[in-house]
Amino acid sequence: MNRRFLYLVERNFLVWRKLLIPSLIANLADPLIYLLGLGFGLGALVGRIDGRPYSTFLAGGMLCFSTLNSASAEALYSAFSRLKVQRTWEGILHAPMTITDVVVGEWLWAALKATLSGTAILVVMYGFGFVHGLAPLVVVPVLFVVGLCFSGVALIMTTIARGYDFFTYYFTLLVTPMGFLSGVFFPLHQLPKAVQGVAWVLPLAHAASLARGLTLGDPMPWPWSSLAVLFLYGVAGVAIAAWCARRRLTK
Amino acid sequence: MLTPERGAGAALPRALPTTTPMLSVTGLRKLYGGRAVVNDVRFAVRAGECFGILGPNGAGKTTTLRCCLGLTHADGGVLELGGLPVPEASRIARYRVGVVPQFDNLDPDFTVTENLVMYARYFDIPARVARERVPRLLEFAGLTDRRDARIDALSGGMKRRLTLARALVNDPDVLFLDEPTTGLDPQARHLIWDGLKRLVAGGKTLILTTHFMDEAERLCNRLCVMDEGRIIALDTPRRLIETLIEPVVVEVYGEEGIAAWAERHARGVVDRLEVTGETAFCYMHDPEPLLALAAAEPGLKVLRRAANLEDVFIKLTGRDIRD
Repeated sequence: MNRRFLYLVERNFLVWRKLLIPSLIANLADPLIYLLGLGFGLGALVGRIDGRPYSTFLAGGMLCFSTLNSASAEALYSAFSRLKVQRTWEGILHAPMTITDVVVGEWLWAALKATLSGTAILVVMYGFGFVHGLAPLVVVPVLFVVGLCFSGVALIMTTIARGYDFFTYYFTLLVTPMGFLSGVFFPLHQLPKAVQGVAWVLPLAHAASLARGLTLGDPMPWPWSSLAVLFLYGVAGVAIAAWCARRRLTK
Repeated sequence: MLTPERGAGAALPRALPTTTPMLSVTGLRKLYGGRAVVNDVRFAVRAGECFGILGPNGAGKTTTLRCCLGLTHADGGVLELGGLPVPEASRIARYRVGVVPQFDNLDPDFTVTENLVMYARYFDIPARVARERVPRLLEFAGLTDRRDARIDALSGGMKRRLTLARALVNDPDVLFLDEPTTGLDPQARHLIWDGLKRLVAGGKTLILTTHFMDEAERLCNRLCVMDEGRIIALDTPRRLIETLIEPVVVEVYGEEGIAAWAERHARGVVDRLEVTGETAFCYMHDPEPLLALAAAEPGLKVLRRAANLEDVFIKLTGRDIRD
């Protein structure tokens, strides 16, 4: 089994380690701002959702949304810098590495970094007393799968992008609407039945369902199917991204 | 001087039979949008040789190198690098290859030393072994006192030297250099040339593209001239000059009417004549009659010199600008 993609993970880890402190502060500060701003501010107006305070409900959704954002930022902006602006991929491909090694390495790395962002929310949830005990920790490996899902899809954008502007469309036209459709900020059952059907085609609804189920004990309609959907989105994404990267770089 | 030291990546065939070329290219063809940018290119590079590919912009030099490295797939032809078929085994072949690309792609997120260590990792070289190699590589590149510098703090010449050092982390048999001194000032260029000469003296095989004739003349044992995707000449620099061009060049500068003067007076006493702007380039075996004619004409300035590789290049590829 070839493990050359780990060199890419190693490279990105070594760079990340140099900026460890600011990176960790951002990981914690970002969700705190969301939870304080939306959770307590909006929560005072909203009252209780599904029998619990809005801030607790929101934190369950933020687990996924934060993972999604982190995976996207890394797999879009940072990976694109390495692909185009810094020509880092080109340099690596002059060594005995293949395009698949590079793309798979970026995929895993972005998922790992995203897992860390999601886990930061979990830490905040423990801090506020939203969750207790060890059982909620089972969500961490699930967040990794969520990271694989969204970094895989984002890498397709990265490997076909001409510039950073392209990623604005991705966020505006895909990520943000998906966020509102998938039960992150308010419960999915608020939406009309037809819209709910659409939501379950998108991966984020599955991620939110798993995250709330595993941390807050909400019912999960199809836990294993949800996990499979996330994983399949990720694998399909990275496979398409590798194909696009080959087309782009070997011409 | 660098001495061989094997990393984990060297569990691969190392010694080639002396008759096997380090690189052999036969009938190489590459199309872009139906147009052949590399067309029936064939050459072979022996171990220990410095082989140059000369050509104007757009001649197909970089594409040829990329095909040889397996980074892009040819539309026809047979390639072998280090005895291995390309592109089928190009990844394995690259364990024994170093590359200095046309545009620097050093990792800006790392320091000088970190760049070398991390790059070695891509060749399966353990970090410990890589760190042991760093001092000698830095010494070779003249960057010892910059070992912890950030990449954006380096000058253009230093970046090129670091790129060259990086291409040596795996102690390769063969180095591919794509316009290694383009954009450098003369001092920086001479430093790179010194480094390359030391590598050839140490037994490395070099394959370089350039459009600097003095670079090719100084470094290359043999070279080919490429134009519009084809090889139009291939030999040692000396033999190219001896066989393809008249031995003496007289450049005559005048203000207005140089073209008319050259046509009227020079045409009859030279072998070949080219006029561009205010200069007439006269190629011949015996310059005395022309020099006498020019001396009789006040207002003309004359430079007499031996023919060089640039004259060959211009003769073969023309004086038109290539973009």
